[in-house]
Amino acid sequence: MSGDNDRILTGAHFLDGDHACAEGAIAAGCNFVAGYPITPSTEVVERIAWRFPSIGGTFIQMEDEIASSIAIQGAVWAGAKAMTVSSGPGISLMLEHIGLAAMTEVPCVFVNVQRGGPSTGLPTLPAQADMMQARWGSHGDYEVIALAPNGPQECFDLMIHAFNLSEQYRVPVLFMMDEVIGHMTEKVVIPPRNEIKITPRRYTKLPPGEYEPYVPGDDLVPDFAKAGDGHRFHITGLTHNEKGYPVMNAECQEQLVCRLVDKIRTNVEQISFFHEDGLEDADVVVVTYGISSRVGMRAIREARKKGVKVGHLRLVVVWPFPEDYIRHLAERVGGLVVPEVNLGQVVLEVERCAAGKCDIISVQHAGGAVHKPQTIYDAIMEAVR
Amino acid sequence: MSTAPAVENPVEKLLRADRMPHIWCPGCGIGTTVNCFARAVKECVSDLDKLIIVSGIGCTGRVAGYLELDSFHTTHGRAIPFATGLKLANPELKVVVYSGDGDLIAIGGNHFIHAARRNADITVICVNNFNYAMTGGQVGPTTPLDAVGTTSPYGVCERPFNLPFLAESCGAVYVARWTAYHVRQITRSMTEAMNKRGFSFVEVITPCPTLYERRNRLGTGLDRMQWFKENSVIKNGVDTRECDIAFQQKIVCGKFVDADRPSLLEMVEAKMASVLHRQRWERMSREQQKPIAMRGMKV
Repeated sequence: MSGDNDRILTGAHFLDGDHACAEGAIAAGCNFVAGYPITPSTEVVERIAWRFPSIGGTFIQMEDEIASSIAIQGAVWAGAKAMTVSSGPGISLMLEHIGLAAMTEVPCVFVNVQRGGPSTGLPTLPAQADMMQARWGSHGDYEVIALAPNGPQECFDLMIHAFNLSEQYRVPVLFMMDEVIGHMTEKVVIPPRNEIKITPRRYTKLPPGEYEPYVPGDDLVPDFAKAGDGHRFHITGLTHNEKGYPVMNAECQEQLVCRLVDKIRTNVEQISFFHEDGLEDADVVVVTYGISSRVGMRAIREARKKGVKVGHLRLVVVWPFPEDYIRHLAERVGGLVVPEVNLGQVVLEVERCAAGKCDIISVQHAGGAVHKPQTIYDAIMEAVR
Repeated sequence: MSTAPAVENPVEKLLRADRMPHIWCPGCGIGTTVNCFARAVKECVSDLDKLIIVSGIGCTGRVAGYLELDSFHTTHGRAIPFATGLKLANPELKVVVYSGDGDLIAIGGNHFIHAARRNADITVICVNNFNYAMTGGQVGPTTPLDAVGTTSPYGVCERPFNLPFLAESCGAVYVARWTAYHVRQITRSMTEAMNKRGFSFVEVITPCPTLYERRNRLGTGLDRMQWFKENSVIKNGVDTRECDIAFQQKIVCGKFVDADRPSLLEMVEAKMASVLHRQRWERMSREQQKPIAMRGMKV
């Protein structure tokens, strides 16, 4: 009864972003979800809870977000593909376990349907103010991957990509939606099963006795083994050697933490994913991600009507940040306009990479709504002045 | 020169010899409980590959790292939800949480009560040494009233948890308590707990001579074992409300609860079976309501 027909709902649907996100996870092969209710992300887990029985998945509503964020990691070690879903206050509680997933290299997905903050903030209204938290929220040095969909179709498509990236690099992937994306209803086309590409888990081919959990491959990523297969491995959040045993010294720390960071940093080009529009002869480029891209597009269209050569760079993968790309872009344009529903987060990275080579205009919004197109239009006009 | 015949350590195969010596202090009771656990495992677990051990943080949190099993040393207080996810995702595994009182009951207290409530299919072994030892002897949720810790230099003024009562009232199907002196009883209770479906709980009171006993002037580890021997009262089946521990008063030990209640997995499986049955039935009846031509039948 749990065939692919039940699992992948091939066809055209009218879905909101939260529901599309759930379908994307299911299509990606996700079969374990732990969550805790929080606006505006709850619909994701509601759909999962409704859909999972007939496709053999396990959903559990845990006692809090802390429990959810580590229950999924237990499930991954048992062989599941797992995610948890939350919003700002819940993600804040999960941060320690994003660090654990980074440290112990657990492939899993954390969905953050962003709302206004800080603290309880604006539960039912949007923001993009958790972008730096996504990058730096847990303690210590580590790298994650973060994606920012800009509509329900991408909530579906990019969830599959998010799971694939988490499997390929064995990192937690943060899926940075926001309230508007989550509650926006649009046409979502779910492709046939054979058109969905799934990156399989990198299971070790070594027999028990020979396998050590943290021996890196050529791409710095170690192969995985699941609990119960006889490898008798040890996994710890402490600094550990290739055998997984704790080692408390600076040498082991450097070896491990540098590898965790380098496995992402040395692959930025492969991981980076962005959409370019009209960059070839642009004087000004609007750099966007998530919901801001949709408002930005309207502003760009209006500016182009006035004859302004304005390009659009939309970051789909925000972390790791495409540093080299932005550096080169800054060398050939007059200005970069960065609208975000926060008081200037990703713009800091843009500014750092541009290193004074062009003007940077941060178009800020404290949250609770998205920008008015006019605001971004004005910023574009200011940039070409 | 005569050589004595080599005697094999009966639990050696379950320990990671390459990680010895361990970090525990002389006189600490955690090693005693690990020895008991290894013996219990030998007795009741046929496939060691399917036995998974999960620990949190603290002195007892290090147990996972010394056992030659698939073992997880997780974050502080979160061993239980990790174990819950592991077990749900692969019900074939036998999952044991092995951690300390501060880890399981203070920072992890919420997970403890909810795992017991939902009767999660895990065994929880709590080594209770009455304080936070890894960090130097601070008071915890089990430190007896008036005992001294580094964060209560004048004596504790909060009531401690009575763990057997807490576990039972939240729904645990197996509850036992022993001291480190009761090695045979510990082994038997661990065996029984692991054979149980649902949430089983074993508390072991242990000496922490470096911190708790020293600060409270209770002598060495050996003195403490002598004290446990003389001051434990075995009351199997007693009402767990009578299991409070007061400073230097008698410690009630025994097996208190051995009940049967459908476990989380059993409840989930039963529910899913009925959901799938209903969905099949609904699909079938929808099918029958369609015009014949749409049913894929030749007219």
